[in-house]
Amino acid sequence: MPLFILRRILQSFNVLFVMSLLVFAGVYAIGNPLDLLVDPNATADDMARAAASLGLDQPLWVQYGRFLANAMRGDLGNSFIHGVPALGLIVERLPATLELAVVAMLIAVLLGIPLGLWAGLKPDSWTGRAIMAGSILGFSLPTFWVGLMLIMVFAVQLGWLPASGRGSTADVLGVSISLLTADGWRHLLLPAANLALFKLSLIIRLTRSGTREALLQDYVKFARAKGLSNARVVGVHVLKNILIPIVTVVGLEFGSLIAFSVVTESIFAWPGMGKLLLDSITQLDRPVVVAYLLLVVTLYVLINLVVDLLYAALDPRVRLAGARA
Amino acid sequence: MNAQRDPTLVVDRLTTRFVGRRGAVTAVDDVSFSVAPGEVLGLVGESGSGKSMTGFSILGLVDPPGEIAAGSIRLKGRELSDLSAREWRALRGDRIAMIFQDPMMTLNPVLRIDTQMIETVRAHRRISSNAARELACDALARVGIPSPDERLRAYPHQLSGGMRQRVAIAIALLNAPDLIIADEPTTALDVTIQAQILFEMQTLCRESGTALIWITHDLAVVAGLADRVCVMYAGRIVEQGSTAQVLETPAHPYTRGLLDSTPAANVQPDEAGRTQPLRQIPGMAPSLNELPAGCAFRPRCTRVSDLCQQVPPEVELAPGHVARCFHPLPAAQGVKS
Repeated sequence: MPLFILRRILQSFNVLFVMSLLVFAGVYAIGNPLDLLVDPNATADDMARAAASLGLDQPLWVQYGRFLANAMRGDLGNSFIHGVPALGLIVERLPATLELAVVAMLIAVLLGIPLGLWAGLKPDSWTGRAIMAGSILGFSLPTFWVGLMLIMVFAVQLGWLPASGRGSTADVLGVSISLLTADGWRHLLLPAANLALFKLSLIIRLTRSGTREALLQDYVKFARAKGLSNARVVGVHVLKNILIPIVTVVGLEFGSLIAFSVVTESIFAWPGMGKLLLDSITQLDRPVVVAYLLLVVTLYVLINLVVDLLYAALDPRVRLAGARA
Repeated sequence: MNAQRDPTLVVDRLTTRFVGRRGAVTAVDDVSFSVAPGEVLGLVGESGSGKSMTGFSILGLVDPPGEIAAGSIRLKGRELSDLSAREWRALRGDRIAMIFQDPMMTLNPVLRIDTQMIETVRAHRRISSNAARELACDALARVGIPSPDERLRAYPHQLSGGMRQRVAIAIALLNAPDLIIADEPTTALDVTIQAQILFEMQTLCRESGTALIWITHDLAVVAGLADRVCVMYAGRIVEQGSTAQVLETPAHPYTRGLLDSTPAANVQPDEAGRTQPLRQIPGMAPSLNELPAGCAFRPRCTRVSDLCQQVPPEVELAPGHVARCFHPLPAAQGVKS
């Protein structure tokens, strides 16, 4: 097991390296940040000085080499725009995004699995059909539209919940968290629901199809023949088998919630990382974009690692091979 | 034989139907038989003959849209066909146990053996986990599993097919049921393992007085195991009697055909030293939703007449030997082997 984890971490360095190369070259190809940074009326001398101070006067491979050398020491460079370390800029906004993603995922899982089980057990009942119809809506309605509708109904018409911002937060070890205040929760609810809707639909459909498949298996019939209660057959025999694919999808979807909640964060003016990424791309703030994507890759690697460990815990047939890949 | 004793199970004119959009399909049609304590009844037939569905009907496990449409099932005198779902559940795995065909599929792959055994005991008895575990350990030992304590902690994939079927049998034995329904439990196993398991099942049932219904398509298995045999075709029992009666003096042309198509019946070489090619029953087993009227075997039968367009009555040819046929074969035509 420790060998497996170690291997995984070493592998992830390869991914990080390739990723940084691609993003670095990609952003370089999009345009010259100097055009945006420096006053258009500046003299050629000023331009050259600015370029030199940011290291942009060097050829690409030199710039990348410097970046790499610094990155080895944990320094991903300063933001061109803000002049502060790019990583710090991102990490500062991480808690806001993270708590949004966690709450959204919890909503999706805690509602999605029971609803999916129900729809799978009673596919012909009207409740089962209603759940499936709802999940199709959740699947196909665009996030931005749902977000706007949520604001319109719950913030504008009913006035129950605030439409934007993060509300008051409480500090824990220097990290501000809105989950600890009632006002924070009120602010969190709408964006979290907005983000959860798609994932919820996904989990419902996944759980339903898994349940329907499992119900046809001999082990379910055998469990029934043993005289087990329905609750035990469904809650243990079926659920434990269908959790395996669900865990995988939940892991990947959680990663995408953290990394790419850009639309929802923009609509609800949630001060998370998504907004930062968007701004950085339009301003060609390369260090921030590179650092952001490297962070995202790291998150994905970590999530996948956790998924694999969970997999092994759920499915006794899976053995984590340290020696083989 | 224990035929004189009060039978454990009496199935009387059982009919199980599946009602679909395009009409009803009768999977089990007017089936009657009984099993005595300690007796082994072989239920023989091709795929789709309704033999498994008969087993599931007795267990109350017919999934909708299927339902028991008529008839009665009595276990030790108690009528089962009108039990509530809760009463069925209490009965299953306790008084009636079932073993399935494929041991690779019947055990839940993600639960340990002990979990799957202990839950079977605790579904029916208020007993501590530890006590249930002891019972599980004993049951494993009884079906010949070495170091049962260790096996209890294993997952199904760590055991071989034969081992897994033994575990399934041990699960069936856990609550000392009155009746075990075994649905082709040895079909998926090696021949040597098959023989061992057959022998063990026979011994265990004889010792404990458990009635056993052995569902199979394999006449060779029935010959060595069963006290009595029911031959099913297209949902009906076409012939039943003691194993000797049915296998040595088959009365129904279908039984005859089945016997002829077993490889063992064709092994005598002719003068040139060649064995004969296997004989087959002409035609195919009919699909249940397009059965011919009257005797379902009619289109494939060599002894067919106009009379066969009626459903044949049960004819008692000898004490206990019953066939549903207008033109039963004379006893002299029995198989010589």
